[in-house]
Amino acid sequence: MIAYNRNSCPRNENDCNRLCCTKIEKFNVAIGKTQILQDVNIHIHCGELTALIGTNGAGKSTLLKAILGEVEHSGRVKYFDAKGVRGGQLSIGYVPQYLNFDLSTPTSVLDLFMACTTKMPSWLTSSQSIRSRVSQSLEKVKAEHLINQRLGALSGGELQRILLALALDPIPDLLLLDEPVSGIDQNGLELFYNIVSELRQNYDLSIILVSHDLGLVEKYADRVILLNKTVICNGTPREVFNDDLTRKQFGMLLQQQNTKGKTRSVAERSGF
Amino acid sequence: MLDWWYWMVSLLLPFQWVEHTFMKNALLAVLLATPLFGILGTMVVSSRMAFFSDSLGHGAFIGITIGTIVGGLSPLKGTIIFSVIFAIIITVIKNKSKTSPDTIIGVFASTAVALGLVMMSFGGGFNKFSSFLIGDLLSIAPLEIIMLFGVFVGVILLWLVIFNKLLIISINPSLAGSRGINTLFIEILFSSVLAVVVAMTIHWVGLLMINSLLVLPAAAARNITINVRQYHFVAVFSAIFSGVTGLILSYYLNSATGSTIVLISAMLFFATFTIRGRFVN
Repeated sequence: MIAYNRNSCPRNENDCNRLCCTKIEKFNVAIGKTQILQDVNIHIHCGELTALIGTNGAGKSTLLKAILGEVEHSGRVKYFDAKGVRGGQLSIGYVPQYLNFDLSTPTSVLDLFMACTTKMPSWLTSSQSIRSRVSQSLEKVKAEHLINQRLGALSGGELQRILLALALDPIPDLLLLDEPVSGIDQNGLELFYNIVSELRQNYDLSIILVSHDLGLVEKYADRVILLNKTVICNGTPREVFNDDLTRKQFGMLLQQQNTKGKTRSVAERSGF
Repeated sequence: MLDWWYWMVSLLLPFQWVEHTFMKNALLAVLLATPLFGILGTMVVSSRMAFFSDSLGHGAFIGITIGTIVGGLSPLKGTIIFSVIFAIIITVIKNKSKTSPDTIIGVFASTAVALGLVMMSFGGGFNKFSSFLIGDLLSIAPLEIIMLFGVFVGVILLWLVIFNKLLIISINPSLAGSRGINTLFIEILFSSVLAVVVAMTIHWVGLLMINSLLVLPAAAARNITINVRQYHFVAVFSAIFSGVTGLILSYYLNSATGSTIVLISAMLFFATFTIRGRFVN
């Protein structure tokens, strides 16, 4: 099934002599008899935004969950610090695709942060120092005005930024982001990419982002990985998008990106 | 033991309804038990455990039966032990199996009641159990109040330690897992405490009413609050308010105390329900 000609795809196997990096080695995931991921090897440098793209069911979300340890898998994640020495325990921040919760819950953003990052019971008190700490966390994602907002009253994009701020407290070595397929407007999405791309520069973070918006990937990502059960293509956005394999898998989507004017006719022809 | 309380009540509340010692005892019990219901209720409602807490009453039922029929185990001890075992079993199975939680709880609750009823029919008559169904708050003894005070202190201390974790679990268990919280352990701890409180108070409130006391104050509070602190404050306040008002009313109306308290709670719920639009957007 994966009998693609891999030579046409640029392979970047730079070793990390100077920068810190994370290596994902030989990841295999099988649920029952279905092989979902096969021999996935990924090499991520700090300070880079790596976008993970692929069709539905390609195993993108599963890969994130396997890295998190939520899904049973074989293979290892290795973390090296700037000197190339094997680092200690890798700390991972994770922003899920959805957060399923009761929208009527009487919990504010401040409560959620207190519960996740402090030992002070949120029903008892919220001291000024905690409040200002949470406010600083929220500033990173441009959401400090939402501190007293009820969780259920947040929009999809706002909630995603709050979850991002939570994943950044404390600052992790590796940040995994699973972008929602729907529920966030284009402006919210653009803002999110902006914030993530700022974070990467300011905190020297390694970021893996599962993305569905190829336009934004092209604009913001440093590296793109095309996944379909295994890594099919790995390189800069330009390299990957110009690759034959990517074109084969995403033919229609890419066409939409390149020729926005013709989008409608393409979509109509393919029965959308 | 409670002389200081009797003295204080006579001094501060020179009313007819607290002239009798049993009413002074009942008042103290209400003041200790209702805040507990309010506090624990917040997480019962947030974690959608209303059906679970209802089933705890049924689990306690076996304990009562065994404690009453089999010698050597006081009804109170029997109730506490069986309620806790019952709560732990349900929580573990709920976490380990893929069957939906309400099915599992339903299976266990009905088994418990059936088992209790069958044992009761061997034990000779159902009469002495009717007080457990309806409850008798006025029968509370000073020693039981002291024990209740111990539970009260224990729950507050525990709430200081585990509340944050419970809150995250109630919002989303996966989120809790990703923050390194042992969700099963915390859930077992919470359901066991719930079981102890239910077992301690079921004699006074009654099997039929106990769950309403847990659910109603928190449900009323949810209608008009937007953060955790308000939620706790309003839940505890409405629990104490309905407890004391219900006790006084039941004295003058000569009605069952537990049920009168529940009716007041229900009224608070409907009142807050109608005005919730002004508080929660």
